[in-house]
Amino acid sequence: MTVLEPSKHTADAPLYRRRRGKSVLMMSLSFAAAFVGLAFLVVILLTLLIKGFGGLSLAVFTENTPPPGSQGGLLNAIVGSLIMTAIGVALGTPVGILAGTYMAEYGKHGKLASIVRFINDILLSAPSIVVGLFVYEVVVIHMGHFSGIAGALALAIIVVPVVVRTTEDMLNLVPSQLREAASSLGLPRSTVIQRISYKAAQAGMITGVLLAIARVSGETAPLLFTALNNQFGSTDLNAPMSSLPVVIFQFALSPYADWQALAWTGALIVTFAVLALSIGARVLSAGAQK
Amino acid sequence: MTSIDLARSNPAEPGQIKIAPGARPMAGAGLSEKISVRGLKFFYGDSLALKGVDLPIYERKVTAFIGPSGCGKSTLLRILNRMYDLYPKQRAEGQVLLDGVDVLSPKLDLNLLRSRVGMVFQKPTPFPMSIYDNIAFGIRLYEKISKSELDGRVEAALRRAALWNEVKDKLDASGLSLSGGQQQRLCIARTIAVRPEVILLDEPCSALDPISTAKIEELIDELKADYTIAIVTHNMQQASRTSEFTAFMYLGELIEFGETQQIFMSPHDRRTQDYITGRFG
Amino acid sequence: MTDESEKAMTDHIVSAFDADLKELGDKLAEMGGLCEKLVAESVDALLRRDIALARRVIDWDLSIDRLQAAIEESAINTIARRAPVAVDLREVVAALRVANDLERIGDLAKNIAKRVVALEGQFQPPKLAGGVAHIADLTLGQLKDVLDAYTRRDEERAMDVWNRDGEIDALYNSLFRELLTYMMEDPRNIGFCAHLLFCAKNIERIGDHATNVAETVYYLVHGVALAEERPKADLMSTAAGL
Repeated sequence: MTVLEPSKHTADAPLYRRRRGKSVLMMSLSFAAAFVGLAFLVVILLTLLIKGFGGLSLAVFTENTPPPGSQGGLLNAIVGSLIMTAIGVALGTPVGILAGTYMAEYGKHGKLASIVRFINDILLSAPSIVVGLFVYEVVVIHMGHFSGIAGALALAIIVVPVVVRTTEDMLNLVPSQLREAASSLGLPRSTVIQRISYKAAQAGMITGVLLAIARVSGETAPLLFTALNNQFGSTDLNAPMSSLPVVIFQFALSPYADWQALAWTGALIVTFAVLALSIGARVLSAGAQK
Repeated sequence: MTSIDLARSNPAEPGQIKIAPGARPMAGAGLSEKISVRGLKFFYGDSLALKGVDLPIYERKVTAFIGPSGCGKSTLLRILNRMYDLYPKQRAEGQVLLDGVDVLSPKLDLNLLRSRVGMVFQKPTPFPMSIYDNIAFGIRLYEKISKSELDGRVEAALRRAALWNEVKDKLDASGLSLSGGQQQRLCIARTIAVRPEVILLDEPCSALDPISTAKIEELIDELKADYTIAIVTHNMQQASRTSEFTAFMYLGELIEFGETQQIFMSPHDRRTQDYITGRFG
Repeated sequence: MTDESEKAMTDHIVSAFDADLKELGDKLAEMGGLCEKLVAESVDALLRRDIALARRVIDWDLSIDRLQAAIEESAINTIARRAPVAVDLREVVAALRVANDLERIGDLAKNIAKRVVALEGQFQPPKLAGGVAHIADLTLGQLKDVLDAYTRRDEERAMDVWNRDGEIDALYNSLFRELLTYMMEDPRNIGFCAHLLFCAKNIERIGDHATNVAETVYYLVHGVALAEERPKADLMSTAAGL
């Protein structure tokens, strides 16, 4: 038994060579694909930096959007974005967390949960312009005018499915033994969820909310139909409200060079805000896995 | 080997127990049944996981459940505190009497039951909070007591679980920062902190190294002075080391129940013998 | 799987365990065979006044002692490494006990052989030894039966041996009286007869060890020790003080 039999590999060298050839080919293709994807990303970021960085100045954050040909900043757009995102997240998060909790903790195997899960998945991948149209139809038409609150509502509708999804996933990751252990102390279900499940899933759930914020802070389409835009620094929720994405959209399409420059700067701000949120989410979830 | 009638040929059976419904061990003058399982059947959906089990669990004794995977021993344990209630489509029939009261009754207050019948799981399950809070959590649930009293209870529970000396200087550290064996002792401390009467241990050492295992076994030995203990284990040595009574289960049936010494020295049933001597399969 | 019939025990999942137990059994069988031979030849040497054979017996006893040590080591090894329980544990414990009894039997045979050597030059008419031949036959038969019973785990046969030990005791008692008579008849017989008496006592002790083995077989099969007291026919044993 100690004598090795002639190896199949040496006995059938052509087969082995062919396999190695295939392996090298596949590795090169994968590498090329990854390179192309990354290259686009780098180009986008570089372009943004080159075209937008020059426009960055204190004025961008302190002055409202200017009429064509004059000096100005993006203050009203930034404030509008912050207000609508905040309200949208504030409205969408509780709904999302409660729905996710229902699906992961109570209705796990029930019919209702699977229906909700299915619809939620559709909503998650629905084009955001559809959400914009919906709110336009239901809110804007009835109000008779565009408004910040309608914009916030549209964003909330986008936040919900994201939070539902991450909440459910994160709660599902909590080992059922932990719930059993808590129950075995005689804790009622609601206490188990609030004190144990949420605590264990905390980091993941916060990550989900951060991702939802990142998602909505770049949304343009739903805001076009709901909050539209406002040249002036308005914080009135009942009036049209400007936002970074819409301003970028409008200014970038304009024929004026200074507007286009502001659009680039706005794009840079949005991109880095989203990037910061994503990194924050990463750090949090990495911390949770420790 | 000759065929033998054990009942006839062993005039001096020391406390051997025949498993017949209602049968009681002869050695048991001082024994009282904390839990009586009678005609217990259990269903996962449509499949029958326990096919009518009768057995006593004696007060302040350690009863071990052994048997191959899927024999129903964990299932049986999880019926004793109605843990299966957390899941849909699981159902028990028959009687499980805790001090004469049927715990399978739908009217039973589950939280009260579980405060009387505590459980420790296979994998250590410290709550994501500090060591102190892990213990205090359960106590606060049932009792409104002062901070100093609570401190005392936490310390007592940790001492009882032989963990106090290892954690007394870091009570604020996360329960998850402890080693596996310490986590498991923390879980035991958490369980005894709410002062249950019965402790169910579901393979409590299967994820632990031998030293930690020995510590848990030592703990079990100490705890049985005050608690009724039921332990499910795959480790036959552990069953023989820690328990006074052993139940061997196979394919959802209780094959043999008796004093541990008898089960491991001269089991009555061929299947028990094949299993404990490693001849199964 | 449920039937408790006479089917052979199924194998262990770990086959090395079976190999360990088989090795133990093989060594015991060898030791048993050697013991039978040693007892037979020691008696032979006595009856035929064969000093050379007696010396060989004395030498052979050493191999029995070695075998016992080897069995003890294997058994302890098995206990330490395999942690046997139930029937396996009884098997190992039985092997230890039987090896112990066999070693004692070997010693007793050696003692007989030593007396043969010591008797050199003072042998008396063979008729005096006739009774010894008879008790030796009976004991050898017992020894052979009980070793067979052990190998086959045949508890009934072992119990037969156990019950028959009374015959040996009775025979020993009558032999005791017979030899006493010879000694009173002719004081010149005293030395030789005293030696014969010791030999007979040794043989009777071998019978006792055979019953020990029978009890071990009972324990091996049933898992509990035999509770009854063996019927004692050896009423003289205390009086004889030998």
